Amino acid sequence: MTELSKIRNFSIVAHIDHGKSTLADRLIQETNTVADRDMKEQMLDSMDIERERGITIKANTVRIDYTAEDGEDYVLNLIDTPGHVDFAYEVSRSMRAVEGSLLVVDSSQGVEAQTLANVYHAMEADHEIVPILNKIDLPASDCERVAEQIEDVIGIEATGAIQVSAKTGQGIRETLEAIVNELPAPKGDADAPLKAMLVDSWYDAYLGVIVLIRIIDGKLKKGERIRMMSTNAVYPVDRIGVFRPQMESIDELGPGELGFLTASIKQVRDTRVGDTITHEKKGTTEVLDGFKPAQPVVFCGLFPVDTAEFEDLRDSIEKLALNDASFSYEMETSAALGFGFRCGFLGLLHLEVIRDRIEREYDIDLITTAPSVIYHVHMRDGTMIELHNPADMPDLTLVDHLEEPRIKATILVPDEYLGDVLKLCQDRRGIQENLTYAGSRAMVVYDLPLNEVVFDFYDRLKSVTKGYASFDYVMTEYRQDNLVKMSVLVNDEPVDALSTMVHRDRAEMRGRAMVEKLKDLIPRHMFKIPIQAAIGGKVIARETLSAMRKDVTAKCYGGDASRKRKLLDKQKKGKKKMRQFGRVDIPQEAFINALKMDD
Amino acid sequence: MDAWETAFLAEIDRVGRETGPRVLDSVFFGGGTPSLMPVRLVDRILTRVRETWHLSNNCEITLEANPTSIEADKFRGFRDAGVNRVSIGIQALNDPDLKKLGRLHSVSEAMTALETACNTFNRVSFDLIYARQDQSLPEWQAELNRALDLEPDHLSLYQLTIEDGTAFGDRFAKGGLRGLPSEDLSADMYFATQEICDHKGLPAYEVSNHARPGQESRHNLIYWNYGDYAGIGPGAHGRLTLDGEKYATETHLAPNSWLSSVSANRSGESVRDKISEQDQYVERLLMGLRLHGGILIQHLSSISFSPNASSINELRENGLISVDETRLKATPEGRPLLNAILRKLLED
Ligand SMILES: Nc1nc2c(ncn2[C@@H]2O[C@H](COP(=O)(O)OP(=O)(O)OP(=O)(O)O)[C@@H](O)[C@H]2O)c(=O)[nH]1
Ligand SMILES: C[S@+](CC[C@H](N)C(=O)[O-])C[C@H]1O[C@@H](n2cnc3c(N)ncnc32)[C@H](O)[C@@H]1O
Ligand code: SF4
Ligand SMILES: [Mg+2]
Repeated sequence: MTELSKIRNFSIVAHIDHGKSTLADRLIQETNTVADRDMKEQMLDSMDIERERGITIKANTVRIDYTAEDGEDYVLNLIDTPGHVDFAYEVSRSMRAVEGSLLVVDSSQGVEAQTLANVYHAMEADHEIVPILNKIDLPASDCERVAEQIEDVIGIEATGAIQVSAKTGQGIRETLEAIVNELPAPKGDADAPLKAMLVDSWYDAYLGVIVLIRIIDGKLKKGERIRMMSTNAVYPVDRIGVFRPQMESIDELGPGELGFLTASIKQVRDTRVGDTITHEKKGTTEVLDGFKPAQPVVFCGLFPVDTAEFEDLRDSIEKLALNDASFSYEMETSAALGFGFRCGFLGLLHLEVIRDRIEREYDIDLITTAPSVIYHVHMRDGTMIELHNPADMPDLTLVDHLEEPRIKATILVPDEYLGDVLKLCQDRRGIQENLTYAGSRAMVVYDLPLNEVVFDFYDRLKSVTKGYASFDYVMTEYRQDNLVKMSVLVNDEPVDALSTMVHRDRAEMRGRAMVEKLKDLIPRHMFKIPIQAAIGGKVIARETLSAMRKDVTAKCYGGDASRKRKLLDKQKKGKKKMRQFGRVDIPQEAFINALKMDD
Repeated sequence: MDAWETAFLAEIDRVGRETGPRVLDSVFFGGGTPSLMPVRLVDRILTRVRETWHLSNNCEITLEANPTSIEADKFRGFRDAGVNRVSIGIQALNDPDLKKLGRLHSVSEAMTALETACNTFNRVSFDLIYARQDQSLPEWQAELNRALDLEPDHLSLYQLTIEDGTAFGDRFAKGGLRGLPSEDLSADMYFATQEICDHKGLPAYEVSNHARPGQESRHNLIYWNYGDYAGIGPGAHGRLTLDGEKYATETHLAPNSWLSSVSANRSGESVRDKISEQDQYVERLLMGLRLHGGILIQHLSSISFSPNASSINELRENGLISVDETRLKATPEGRPLLNAILRKLLED
């Protein structure tokens, strides 16, 4: 057990790519928590997909020992958090377990949308915030300007902010000293009944469910029996320990400490993040506030390209859901695609991550259908239906009106691109709420429909601003609007997996864009194929894909027979990647790509 | 005797022992530039061939030639050795395009070589490549008419094809090939080619081959009719029926590995695969449907696989194939879509 005054707990937060994980590397290295020879870049990003994309998805906790300049030994618990907006929930949850935040700002970029969003979360959690100016080794680094910006936009003192290069290691000692001197020690009572916060939990193939906890009061020892206060379930504790960053068993955790426990808990589903953990006997009666659970906001269908792989898909989805409470799924049947799952995600990146993992770790080719948000369908009889899938839209005669989710989006952008950003938001049915300036950067706040944003808004924003804009959003409310279901007919047959909800005023435009896209995405067949978009029975856009005219090998002699036969074999396998709709083969990627708009 | 000659003769002996006495309808010196071979080697090979197999009356003996003066100078020698047909790779009738195709000859050189060939051999064919970079339909029509004015009895007219693993394929993958015709333009060029050649009495008898009736290449007809052929020399493919089984054979592609294999193992062969009934069926389809005459149904049903009936119906309805009591054929509309037809016929 560590004396409270010698503990410092903090999260490292920042906009995407501003260097959180790299800073964590340096803190780990400088304190010799990991030997130099075992270090690797962004060592906490251990999932394949994190390493491949160079981003953090899952927050990670590490305990480090640090002997400060005052000669005292301190225990520092750091939590490296993800930067992407889809995983904002991970950040706010992590913050609840600690007392302070290192706010990392890339000094060559400045304050971005997630910098702001994280500051708000940190303030809500009552955190002490230590600003860090990172990447000072870059020629474009401008600490003075960025410090000023932090003061202007965020309103925290930054003139004396520590200047760091997480790459070269410059400023790391100062950072460690600031952690010790500027962040508060945790409070707690070692003699009070046990009160611990269940911060996170995940499944480990060897150890079963691992629970990340923060002890508020009391002490927890191996072998004791604990109770989860929300479910009243009781478990004997098998093991307790800390992350350095690999798991290391210890005997006891005391107030202010962060660590893990295992207790033969079968499924992640048996644990509630934010729950209060206490002893079975003589436990506390006070329950912590708990967290709002993460709600999926983007929904799409996942279907196996090869129908025979449905059971494998079920298996993989169940396994992934075990470890990811924010990912939801239910079985879905599509007239066109057969059996699959309707899945809910925190955002498009989350969707991509899960889809990638299914395709790679479980080797299943997937068809992903158009992403959608949840609409509220108010029926004539006064009831309300949550619509997750446009294909399930009830008979219009029974529907009174529809509501869609709205968001408040904050966009930071250099002045010269402001015009393009405003146009983009306007095109997506946005209502401007605010426009302010921080130096030469504009900060615009828009009220936007979520469905106009989930899909390709972020890509478009990046492309119209050459990557210089940043974006963050929060859900606000459901609001009534003139929404309709648009169906797509390929060769006169409706393809339910291509149905989308659109605003009536934008339906023609969307319909036209979609049929034009599909015309490019579907390969020519031996016959011509009409492609139509329709609302109800009314066709609003139409294109015709001409019949194939030329596909023959010019030269085929005695030496070509084997090669040509093997090529036909290969093409036969490739065709399995397409799905047949009537007589038409639609490639798997068409379902998503048909929605991308070039504006 | 030089090593190459020894090796060729040894290979003829080896294949001869395997096939036993058979009647040869044709011999073809092709692949690369056989016209660079010494006349003496061609002579030795043909002599050994005659000693090994029985040659049919008017056996067709073709040699592929490049239209350069050096090679044309040897035409008389080749004829005396027994060659009775040449196929000249002229490729294009304008110099800039020849350069783009990576050819070393000029049009005027090609014309001289063609004239020499016509004065030396009874049967002369030449090759042109069309649907080239930046080629327009009228340009090709004019070029084809000029070619037909030379009054050939046989013409091979290939659409430029970009294949992976070739120099062209690499350039294409790197984006270095611009101005290739669209699918629609290449279809227009193909149909214009058929019309012009029909009109001048050189109808197509195969996707890319045109002849005055009776002047078809007998050798290539063997490939398309899925007959037996032995492959001799580096990189040569063969199809041989031995003891009732059909085999695909290949020899080492790199000339030096072939040579050392022949001397060390007494065989240049690198592949000998028994072809399954299913694969024979596929090969017969993919070769035979190239011919205007199509495939004898009796040949298809002699093997235990039959085409997918619903595919056949769909293709017939779309007017792409025709079936009567004796033959399965691609229609004139279907022939330029042969790859798609094959994929359809081979669906499960
Ligand atoms: N030049 C320079 N590059 C840095 C520095 N710190 C981080 N980087 C680079 O910036 C990129 C992003 O670094 P990460 O540490 O992955 O950033 P992050 O904030 O953890 O990113 P997310 O977890 O995706 O939000 C990597 O390519 C790092 O190598 C620095 O001080 N100087
Ligand atoms: C094996 S074929 C020769 C057959 C011969 N013309 C006959 O019928 O007797 C060789 C010819 O293929 C053609 N060719 C080569 N490369 C080509 C390509 N990339 N695309 C189209 N045709 C090509 C050239 O015209 C070359 O002369
Ligand atoms: S690749 Fe081209 S040049 Fe070489 S042999 Fe074949 S046709 Fe002739
Ligand atoms: Mg990171």
